Amino acid sequence: MRSGVIIGLAVLGALLLSGQPSTKPGRYPSPIDVALAPDGSRLYVVCEGTDELVAADPVTLAVAARVRVGHRPRGIALSPDGSRIYVTNSWSDTVTELDRASLAVTRTLPAGFEPIGLTVDARGQILYVANRLSNDVSVIDLASGSEIKRLAGGRGASYLAAGGAHVYVTHIYPNAGKFRTEPESEITRIETGQSTVDARLRLHNVAGVSHVALSRDGRLGIAAQLRPKNLVPLAHVAHGWAFGDSLAVFGEDVGGVVQLPLDEMERYFSLPFGVAIAPDKSRAYLTASGSDEVAIVDLKRLVAAARSPERDTLANDLSASARYVLARVPVGRNPRGIALSNDGARLYIANHLDDTVSVMDTAAGRITGTIALGGPGVVDPQRRGERLFYSSKFSFQRQFGCANCHLDSTFDGLAWDLEPDGFGVDIVDNRAIEDVSETAPFKWNGGNPDLYTECGPRTERFFFRSQGIRDADLSDLIAYIGSIPLRPNRYRLPSGELTPAQERGKGVFERVRRKDGSPIPEENRCSFCHSGKYYTNRQLADVGTGKPTDRSPLLDVPHLTNVAYSAPYLHDGSARSLEEIWTVFNPKDTHGVTNDLVKDELNDLIEYLKTL
Amino acid sequence: MRLAVFFATIGLLGAAELPRFRWENFTTAQGLPDNRVYSVCADGDKIWAGTDNGLALYQNGKWRVFTPADGLAHRAVLYLALDKQTHDLWIATMGGLSRYSGGRFDTFSQLNSGLPNDVVYSVATHGDFVWVATAAGGSRLNKRTGEWSLFNERNTPMYEIWTYSVTAAEDKVYYAVWGGGVLEYDVKTERWKDYNDPDGETEMVLFKDQGLIHEITTSVSYVNKVLWVATYFGASRYDGRNWRNFLEKDSGLPSNFLNQVKSVDGTRTWFSTDKGLAYFDGEQWATYRPALDTHAPEMLVRNAAGETSRLAVDTAPAHNYIFGVELQGDDIWVATAKGLSHGIRIKQETGKQ
Repeated sequence: MRSGVIIGLAVLGALLLSGQPSTKPGRYPSPIDVALAPDGSRLYVVCEGTDELVAADPVTLAVAARVRVGHRPRGIALSPDGSRIYVTNSWSDTVTELDRASLAVTRTLPAGFEPIGLTVDARGQILYVANRLSNDVSVIDLASGSEIKRLAGGRGASYLAAGGAHVYVTHIYPNAGKFRTEPESEITRIETGQSTVDARLRLHNVAGVSHVALSRDGRLGIAAQLRPKNLVPLAHVAHGWAFGDSLAVFGEDVGGVVQLPLDEMERYFSLPFGVAIAPDKSRAYLTASGSDEVAIVDLKRLVAAARSPERDTLANDLSASARYVLARVPVGRNPRGIALSNDGARLYIANHLDDTVSVMDTAAGRITGTIALGGPGVVDPQRRGERLFYSSKFSFQRQFGCANCHLDSTFDGLAWDLEPDGFGVDIVDNRAIEDVSETAPFKWNGGNPDLYTECGPRTERFFFRSQGIRDADLSDLIAYIGSIPLRPNRYRLPSGELTPAQERGKGVFERVRRKDGSPIPEENRCSFCHSGKYYTNRQLADVGTGKPTDRSPLLDVPHLTNVAYSAPYLHDGSARSLEEIWTVFNPKDTHGVTNDLVKDELNDLIEYLKTL
Repeated sequence: MRLAVFFATIGLLGAAELPRFRWENFTTAQGLPDNRVYSVCADGDKIWAGTDNGLALYQNGKWRVFTPADGLAHRAVLYLALDKQTHDLWIATMGGLSRYSGGRFDTFSQLNSGLPNDVVYSVATHGDFVWVATAAGGSRLNKRTGEWSLFNERNTPMYEIWTYSVTAAEDKVYYAVWGGGVLEYDVKTERWKDYNDPDGETEMVLFKDQGLIHEITTSVSYVNKVLWVATYFGASRYDGRNWRNFLEKDSGLPSNFLNQVKSVDGTRTWFSTDKGLAYFDGEQWATYRPALDTHAPEMLVRNAAGETSRLAVDTAPAHNYIFGVELQGDDIWVATAKGLSHGIRIKQETGKQ
């Protein structure tokens, strides 16, 4: 068990740096979220790439201080009185608490697997933290620093906003659902009196929900979201709309939840991410992390659209956004989190892949300044590739980029109908892409021998419906994909040893005989196909999971690293859990010999797989 | 006539401290999905009822019904447990385990999860763990890691795997194993221990307070370090040192056939039998039911001296066959074979409530 509180040694545990750019060579700050001090005197920028919290002067636009926090910081929140800053460390599974005046680290608080967003309740007593990989929300008592409970969130719980007596939580991966049905997501509503989930606002046909914001009166909420069209062949991108870049608007002002598009005909608002609502509730601002823009939304018009008789049909109406989107302002590359000044006059935008923060004059709707956060000073191929990965500029009508399906360079939890071979033919599960450079071939049928083929011609023709990727760009893109690291595995013990259940499961994974003593043919052993560093022999195999709608039963043996996080499973995503791979889809022992196992042993096998 | 009054008066004097109720009964006529109510669970002002044909929620005077079409694992809901931290409801059904949280059902089955069997008789929550009793042994879900641990004849002293009830506390977890006595899990040492009928699997009671009364156990309740066990052949109480057994012939139990036992504080305890709802306060007993012969409402009292009396009452639970109870403040809710009953506590002017 994790200890209740890891007491940070203030100052000693923190590295309070100067206002100079990060001294670590080769690391880009990659700002991901921003927050303003209550008095507006400081802007705080979470730099995911350098593990820093940067304090900047919002007037002079100069960096004032840098503080080392945990690994891969992602979110920021301030206590209501402004005395404390909280930063999630997504790869450390902790929250760093800092004294705002001194920027000294005061405590390190425990959280779940991959904490992303966080918020403090209005009384300043409870900290809520959304944990992406444990799909839950940590409820932390700030007086004791202990996590008092976990609440079940949506899958990939990530962002939160507090408003009135509630906290609202979004999640980036869709909840588990039936095979080949529209994705279902939710906005999880927590009642802050007892810190319990009291409602889940349904988001039908939605996945990839990012930031959420509440108006100051708590009556209006907005969440940025995607409406993926994964059930029809992606060839239809040419007819418009592989993704509906949209928002969900909810609250008393609206009366329910209404989904409204941000896209325009032939002008898409790719991969919406950050949201802010003006203090006077006149406007909302959203970032498009794939289109490198900020949308300015008129809230009166938005609410009018959300209350209109046709509100339930507007989500698929590409003309609807003209009703309420006032302007789209170009900003830096891959804009993510945003924050408004107290008077709403300035908007600060974290440009993740430019290592800058843009300052927007909201009245004029133009960028008036930029805060440079430092960095290596040169843009290397990996960084160029990362920019391409998140950009939508290569796809038909700039509809989407790699990151639309590989959210935050992971996956999206969806199975797609990618190729122009008819409806429902060759359905493929979207795999994670961490540390994949040595796992060729690619594609579930193993048809692409290397990443150049996978990410070049295939992506151009089948995904983007364009011919836009130059060789130099493709090299950069491959460099980036090859550099995506494996996230820490949360199921391994810190000592590296296996738990008894994991050890028993390893024995099942590596066994060469059935329980009756008869030998298991080599090709039917788990550890034969799933061998090597990445647990793939990089061959094709027919494990009996092919469907009549597949062109071939031969499938690429997938790597298993961090397999615990990437449900659904099998080539077409038909197994909703690791268990179903064998309880449902292995009746003839063609996908490893498992039918002589008792349930205990299957559970052990799964506990072992979760450590890979 | 005079004799009846005498008995009633004696009864009233003896029952001065026993709880009395005005019973309101709910059936399909009031909105329940089925009259066969297996379990009832209170969450503040809300009442959940698990029936043979769906889950029902009573709130603001109205019933709302949930079925498999809403995501419930199976229509037959056998047991309900509230996670007091999160206020999520855990639902044991004939087709898997469901969690109801903020309007969403998540279902765990033997196919999609590590649950050992879809016939789930009981569930209990404690901290980060959910303990489950199934027809193929016990299991424990770690809510933080998703790990399922199974407990059966291969890793516990369990010689039967038909686990029928589970109760969990900070130091101990107990399973009632139908035909296999009681299984105890020590949370600190992570070791198992079994408690069995010293007379073996017979219905004879050779040594009454020497141990568990019978192997066919149906329910366990562990409060204040006192274990109560319900069996089809009487009830047992174990305080960690001594066993004490209770039978129809020498206690106020209306029947030896018990479906559930639920203790309030280790002493004050409710018994769900096939012949009415029984209560024991440590000295006196009460039984609430429609009379077995006339079906007229009655309350039977057995005082500390073993004297029995019948009180005249106006209302009674919906049926004698009781599956389980739930306490809601001073009130009690009773799941019966023919409806759900709400016992509204009648405040007495003297004596403790």
